[in-house]
Amino acid sequence: MSFLRNLRNWLDERLEWDDLIAPLRKKTVPLHRLSYWYFLGGITLFLFVIQVLTGILLLLYYRSGANEAFESVQYIMTRVRFGWLIRSIHSWSANLMIFTAFAHMFSVLFLKAYRKPRELTWVSGVFLLFLVMGFGFSGYLLPWNTLAFFATKVGTEITGQVPVIGKPLMIFLRGGEEVTGATLTRFFGFHVALLPGITTLLILLHVLLVQRLGMSIPPKLEVQWTANPSEKREMKFFPNFLLRELMAWYAALGVLGALAAVFPWNLGVKADPFVSAPAGIKPEWYFLFMFQTLKLIPPKVWFIDGEVLGVLAFGLVGLLWLLLPFFESDQPSHMKRWITGLSIFALAYTASMSVYGYLAK
Amino acid sequence: MAILRNELRPFSGARYIGLTGFVVLAACLGYGQTTNSCLDCHSALPDPLGVTQEKFSQDIHAQKGLTCASCHGGDPTSDDPDKAMSKKAGWKGEIDRKQIPELCGSCHSDPAYMRQFNPSLRTDQLGQYHTSVHGKRFAAGDTKVAVCTDCHSVHDLRAPSDPRSTVNPLNVANTCSRCHADADYMKGYSIPTDQFAKYSASVHHQALAVRGDLSAPTCTTCHGNHGAAPPGVDKVQNVCSNCHAFQAQMYEKSSHKKAFEAASLPGCVVCHSNHGISHPTDAYLGTGPDAVCMRCHTPGDHCDQARAGLQSGLSQLDEAIKSADQVLRVAESSGMEVSEARLGQDQARDSLTKARVTIHSFRKDLVDQDIQAGLKTAAKDLQAGKEAMVERNYRRFGLGISLIAIGMVLAGLRLYIKKIES
Amino acid sequence: MTADQLPQPESTRRRVIGIFLGSGLLASFASFIYPVLRYLVPPAVADLGGDEIVAAKLTELKPNSGKIFRFGNRPGLLIRTASGEYRAMSATCTHLSCTVQYRDDLRQVWCACHNGRYDLNGRNISGPPPRPLEGFEVQVRGDEIFVRRRREA
Repeated sequence: MSFLRNLRNWLDERLEWDDLIAPLRKKTVPLHRLSYWYFLGGITLFLFVIQVLTGILLLLYYRSGANEAFESVQYIMTRVRFGWLIRSIHSWSANLMIFTAFAHMFSVLFLKAYRKPRELTWVSGVFLLFLVMGFGFSGYLLPWNTLAFFATKVGTEITGQVPVIGKPLMIFLRGGEEVTGATLTRFFGFHVALLPGITTLLILLHVLLVQRLGMSIPPKLEVQWTANPSEKREMKFFPNFLLRELMAWYAALGVLGALAAVFPWNLGVKADPFVSAPAGIKPEWYFLFMFQTLKLIPPKVWFIDGEVLGVLAFGLVGLLWLLLPFFESDQPSHMKRWITGLSIFALAYTASMSVYGYLAK
Repeated sequence: MAILRNELRPFSGARYIGLTGFVVLAACLGYGQTTNSCLDCHSALPDPLGVTQEKFSQDIHAQKGLTCASCHGGDPTSDDPDKAMSKKAGWKGEIDRKQIPELCGSCHSDPAYMRQFNPSLRTDQLGQYHTSVHGKRFAAGDTKVAVCTDCHSVHDLRAPSDPRSTVNPLNVANTCSRCHADADYMKGYSIPTDQFAKYSASVHHQALAVRGDLSAPTCTTCHGNHGAAPPGVDKVQNVCSNCHAFQAQMYEKSSHKKAFEAASLPGCVVCHSNHGISHPTDAYLGTGPDAVCMRCHTPGDHCDQARAGLQSGLSQLDEAIKSADQVLRVAESSGMEVSEARLGQDQARDSLTKARVTIHSFRKDLVDQDIQAGLKTAAKDLQAGKEAMVERNYRRFGLGISLIAIGMVLAGLRLYIKKIES
Repeated sequence: MTADQLPQPESTRRRVIGIFLGSGLLASFASFIYPVLRYLVPPAVADLGGDEIVAAKLTELKPNSGKIFRFGNRPGLLIRTASGEYRAMSATCTHLSCTVQYRDDLRQVWCACHNGRYDLNGRNISGPPPRPLEGFEVQVRGDEIFVRRRREA
């Protein structure tokens, strides 16, 4: 223990360590029956760190390029010692992270933690959600197998439906008119450089804001506790909540290891651009709700092409989602109920559409 | 508003210019099409005199510019039936069946004539026909046998490459069966009428009609088309050897060839049948209902023992491949990567196929070579599969260890939290 | 209760926690670090087995002979023609996927299953095969013969 104390003194003399972490020491976490939801943000961050670490390890052996990508992943899975473990953890953690990101977003939504003064935290968070889905989309192509190839083809095709900017955007994403090895190189660049760079900055902002503004308390409880301060129950962030978070993170590690060992991620078949798309091609599960919606829109609505309408609608929804906190101000309570209703609808819609999309042929 | 009127000065030459123009126009439209006035009436007549324009337009002769008169004689440019169908114009009327081969041959056996239309078309069909069973019987006066029009159709005759043609490989069996599967029609001839039924159940038909493999044989592949005749008892394996070269080579050097020839048995057909050829199985070498060896050989003689040896070799390899496949399948579904072993399995299966082909030499030593090669590969793959399973178990064991360690940490953290909060 | 009895449950508790945490952390860290350390060590086989492979050594093939080699997940055929040139192509027959072979007597590629034949460029010239064999590029480097797939433009 004295070693740790010496270390702390050393850091304090050079970094003013104690002053730095003083706010952390003061930080508290409100305790109520919905407190467990506070874990989600931390788990998402943890999984992101896992992604970065396993990603860096994969970079030691992965080669991007239509001629080598699939073979390099095959090499990692079969020849590199514990390559199967690193790669499977990377794939599983990616899916889990997207899931916890969505869950985190919905929990913030229902607990109304986006209210003033936390609007910017929400905005940065929604951007992070988009970035995380971008990570998923770009990373999925990198093994260069048939499913990924055609999922990318369909996905970028849909992007091309956006009026005016759609086509140039699609060409930018694909690195050309079609999905080729150039697309792979480009997606690799997005996945390991561009997206991580932006994401890191946004995460720093997001976490900084959370630290400075403290944890939000659900509205009803806030009213209650302001009236009777003695009823307020909280826990110190450091060390109590942090220790619990560490438990959650450790448990997540166990889950990841188990998934990787018992359900290793498969390789698929190497992509062949000249083969026709397999029947019933679907995107990854986190895009299913959008994909299924597009499939259900009739080919022509009024005079507008159905798919264009769908893409525009999702764009609009995304924009509104981003600006959600600014619609709810302190005054009109009917607005609050609207937003609550909308939140329930959004959750029900994404969940049911995802299930529908999964089960549909 | 004043209506402007074009004032044309009367120009009497106009009507002649119009008429000439019309004739020129008609001539331009009609360019390349020879007049075939026969169809004007005959398209409306009932059978057997009826030939519609639509039907005749499908005919390759019509497409090349020939008319009804090319075969039937007469004057196709005249609209007057008496003139069109006059003896003076060479009118032949309905062509008698006995005259059909020579009539068709009058053009199709003339290389100089055929060169104008399709220089690469053969011109020996009539000559071949004369050597065929149909041709020989025809020469002897039998009019029931097939002549050109029976197979090729008439008035809507299509090139063999056209999928709708009666002589397209996909349709040949149907065309032959029109007579050969008709028991009443074939009464009086000493050949069976079950060939089409048997062929339709065969593996060759499956390949041709179902899988669309145009290299698979139909009636004419083995019997010839114009020179159609059964290959002859001692020539059967020559026919089969065109595709099944390896088996035929083995058979040529085997003991069975001499034996079958001496007994006038038709080679390959003895074991594999001719029309109803099904996919051979290892049971051919057995003693059950599918057994072919035991149809001739006596149980207990040294041939029977050799047969048993061959069969056991094949089934040994088959079993080895199957058990390796089984292990590899389990390993793969547990997430292990076994693609190299799977490739090895392909090689092992190739060895088994080779062994099955080598059976036709009827020599155990040769068959054993292939069996042993296959067994070695299958054993290697089985080993790879087992190693994959070991690796899989090792992974789960490692997982178990790490989960225990993680569990300990979780328990420790829990206790620590309890302690600092008490 | 005496003074030295009070701290005892406390110290045992601390020891238990210490054991759990300490050994647990050590063991779990080991189970994380060990795979990573082994991962970092490059495997013996550095060849990806991908688009390029050493099919044979320079002295291996006599003129007018062929060799089957593994290329990715399928067999390939390397031929040294009578004039000494090297040709490489897929060895999977386009008819029913049997493995073809080089026939030095015919100077052609032959499929034993149904007597299909291909010329030295892989073009199907006789028998059932409906399509040519996919050709590969051959490059001789030093004493090794490399075969690789035709690069996409």
